[in-house]
Amino acid sequence: MSTKRIGVYICHCGVNIAQTVGIEELKSFAATLPQVKVAENYMYMCSEPGQELIRKDIKEKKLNRIVVVACSPRLHEPTFRNTLVSAGLNPYCLEIANVREQCSWVHKDKKVATSKAKSVVAAAVTKVALLEPLEEKEVSVTKTAMVVGGGIAGIQAALDIADSGFKTYLIEKEPSIGGHMMQLDKTFPTLDCSACILTPKMSDIKNHPNIELLAYSEVADVKGFVGNFKVTVKRKPRYIEEAICNACGTCAKYCSIAIIDRYNEGLSKLQALHIPFPQAIPAAYVVDPEECRYLKEGTCRQCEQVCKELNAINLDMQEESVELDVGTIVVATGFDVFDANRKPELGYGRYENVITGMEFERVVSAAGPNQGELLINGKKPKEVVFIQCVGSRDKTVGNEYCSRVCCMYTAKQAHLVREKLPDAKITIFYIDVRAFGKGYEEFYDRVKGESVYYRRGNVSEVYKKGDKLICRAEDTLLGKPIEVPADLVVLAVGIQPSAGARELGKLLKLSTSPDNFFLEAHPKLRPVDTGSDGVFLAGCCQGPKDIPDTVAQASASAAKAVIPLAQGKVKTETMVARVHEQACRACGYCVEACPYDAIELQLQEVNGREKSVAVVNEVLCKSCGACTGVCFSGAIQQTGFTDDQILAVIGAIGKEY
Amino acid sequence: MEEAYERCVYLERLGLFGCIQCGKCTAGCPINYVTPDREPFNIRTLVYDVLNAPSEEIASEKHFLWQCTTCATCSLRCPKEVEPKDVVMNLRSILVEDGTLPPSIRDVLKSISVNYNPWGLGKEKRAEWFKGLELKDAGEAETCLYVGCTPAFDNRLHKLARSTVACLQKAGIDFGIFGIEEICCGNEIKRLGDIWSFDALREANTEVFNGYETIKEIVSISPHCFNTFKNEYPGLTPRVTHYTEYFARLIAEGTFKPKKKVSKKVTYHDPCFLGKQNDIYDAPRSILTSIKGLIFEEFDRNRENSLCCEGGGGRMWIEIEDARERLANIRVRDAVDMGVDIIAVACPFCLLTLEDAVKAMDLEDKLQVLDIMEILAQA
Repeated sequence: MSTKRIGVYICHCGVNIAQTVGIEELKSFAATLPQVKVAENYMYMCSEPGQELIRKDIKEKKLNRIVVVACSPRLHEPTFRNTLVSAGLNPYCLEIANVREQCSWVHKDKKVATSKAKSVVAAAVTKVALLEPLEEKEVSVTKTAMVVGGGIAGIQAALDIADSGFKTYLIEKEPSIGGHMMQLDKTFPTLDCSACILTPKMSDIKNHPNIELLAYSEVADVKGFVGNFKVTVKRKPRYIEEAICNACGTCAKYCSIAIIDRYNEGLSKLQALHIPFPQAIPAAYVVDPEECRYLKEGTCRQCEQVCKELNAINLDMQEESVELDVGTIVVATGFDVFDANRKPELGYGRYENVITGMEFERVVSAAGPNQGELLINGKKPKEVVFIQCVGSRDKTVGNEYCSRVCCMYTAKQAHLVREKLPDAKITIFYIDVRAFGKGYEEFYDRVKGESVYYRRGNVSEVYKKGDKLICRAEDTLLGKPIEVPADLVVLAVGIQPSAGARELGKLLKLSTSPDNFFLEAHPKLRPVDTGSDGVFLAGCCQGPKDIPDTVAQASASAAKAVIPLAQGKVKTETMVARVHEQACRACGYCVEACPYDAIELQLQEVNGREKSVAVVNEVLCKSCGACTGVCFSGAIQQTGFTDDQILAVIGAIGKEY
Repeated sequence: MEEAYERCVYLERLGLFGCIQCGKCTAGCPINYVTPDREPFNIRTLVYDVLNAPSEEIASEKHFLWQCTTCATCSLRCPKEVEPKDVVMNLRSILVEDGTLPPSIRDVLKSISVNYNPWGLGKEKRAEWFKGLELKDAGEAETCLYVGCTPAFDNRLHKLARSTVACLQKAGIDFGIFGIEEICCGNEIKRLGDIWSFDALREANTEVFNGYETIKEIVSISPHCFNTFKNEYPGLTPRVTHYTEYFARLIAEGTFKPKKKVSKKVTYHDPCFLGKQNDIYDAPRSILTSIKGLIFEEFDRNRENSLCCEGGGGRMWIEIEDARERLANIRVRDAVDMGVDIIAVACPFCLLTLEDAVKAMDLEDKLQVLDIMEILAQA
């Protein structure tokens, strides 16, 4: 083995490291370690002068291995790898000794911390001497994107990617795009009509030359990796030819089966053959196979008779499978509203006049069951009570988070009640009012000024007394239990990840945070990236958010998804697992252990003999090391973390300094 | 420093730092249900007080502490999993330790240490409920019936204990009883704040129950005994079941078949210690609805929303001096409005409090209060 010329560069990180670790002592110690030619220190090693120090030494002192003693490699490993490259050294000849997060930040005693820092530095020096230069590889990218979910997040992301000039598939599981935003009446704080601002974007989806909409479809399988995903999409039979149907609606008049109208939150009925709502995109009817008499019982086919001319109805339609090649994926699977039945004390499901916030949206919508009139059981309510935080900030239902929209949608709904019923008594029970967005506090002030009683304290139970509902709460500012009668109780239900998102998450190998929403790669600095390269998050699938934040995040994820498409190539992971073919016994343990399906057994010629060996797909490998842990012959090793390297590090850490 | 730290640990254990002062506890508290001209029992401010001042001070100031029925509605409703009812029990412990107790509670605690029951009656009286019955001793059968102090000592409740025995026999169950050797479970004692006597009872009972290797399942009549055995007796070997679960199982398996018609309109009052605290809502209903001829109707306030009868938390022995209406009266009035013949209960305390209310309201000719076992014994 050739002798290495190692340079050790110790960063003070201002006082972050220097106040707990004896820098001078550490520097003299580092200089005594084998093969170390230079040991230096600097206030901020990541600064340009700090990096220049390293570059200069590499050139002048012919260094070929560098140890930077600083913060976590998660932060500055890429920085210093670039430093090495700019000085003509292979970027993988670098080792970071983390003496900040793993030493100075967690210790108080300077003596102890300095001693530990010595162990960490000795280990890094030992390891860097064993590192080999590595070559970075690239793969080409399919210049197409897929967006999953056709709510406002998916719509915005798809439009932005398509506008950047790339072909985009938009997958929506429902018969129409639009999502929950389409169900809202007005939006806070501007009181725009929700459908009015959404439908132009839905039309854009339909008319965009770069967008192919696959509605009533679900992602069934995803194979491959960033730049080269192979996606299988299941297209559910619509029983209506989407391309032919002109949405005239004659057929529905002949359909006698009434079903629950989910767009109206079950508050009205429509036909088994229906269009979800008038502005639906695709503008085509759909047959509910669970309810259609012909599909259930084998007789009827009334609808086909009336559509003879166009012949758009095809009750023999079968499910289809479509294969798509895409380079990047945006996940925008949205949310489900909290099931208010899980808070039985609030009377939902027991009393007809206890409704959810989403149901309220439909009740007051001009396209809703009452054509916009606020009627409960045919009567105008005189007393309306809103209850906040239903299914949010609530450990008992497993939703510890604030849903971030309920305070404001309740304020907006109170305003709508006031608009429609000038004499109604309106009470809002709240714990804290969170009006954090632009124009939100002002809107809250405005609503309070409309004779809306905000009472601090949340409702503990709703029960019936005569023909009124009684909401029992403590007014915590008075310190007294109070009972407020109501003709209508609106529960400000929170939001949780869409039920179908879990399955998609498995296919895409996405992690979730403890709140069950998809986990971003970094909460601050990589908010739309995920642990799976080439997969990005938009909207409520990542966490509760309002429409402005959703749209902003959707555009962000579109910009991110476009980067590999625009570059046409992506770098692959360098520190991948490698197999020593002769030592491999083809037991297959590594194949089972790999969470990324990156390893398979293949027949290969080894030393003139054909045998089965484990083969790593270097593009899929994420360098997690799971395979090396289960390999009992030591044949599979992770580059940069081989058994020899790790054992040497352990040996170095174990010594006393 | 040390003291401050220990105080933090204590508050942390009760989860008090997590309180967001939403008031759901106070609003749900049944003691506040009828509070026209009285200072409310404000458990939210109590939590806040304990968070900010030494518990010893609070305990001596708050005379309303003895009103709490430990029904646990506050804990159930709390979105942050704070345990407000435990705060009350903790404060009561301080009063027990200091000996500043209402006389009736002092008598209960004395009776526990002398007689191993809270009712101030001699141990030998425990034999009265099974007079004339030929029953096996615990340990001679895999199933054991734990009767509990109140059904054993209260004359009205002997019928409940004997009905339970009759139903077990009708189902052909091989079971035993502890008879005169049975001692108090300690559930109410713990809730009165005497954690020391509770520990002694728990140790004694655990030793006895675990001592019989034959016993596989203990069937409890009172949800209060059931609650403490199930949740507060770590290391107890036999399975503990409330009789409603036990008979619901026998009926579902077909081992027990109610045969006779009981042509009555019946509603069911959920006991807090069975429902709110142990989530057993369906079993009692499934027993009632399996009885032929019986018309079952729900109270408007049922299951999680059931109204406490005020019999728990030691309240059987606490005189509340104000003139406010008892919750049991509200329950009875609702039942009369519904036009039912029977309020079915599954708890000895509920049986006594509701029956008292029926008597006090002079409604005995209109309405009966019966335990599910008493109804099932007729079926």
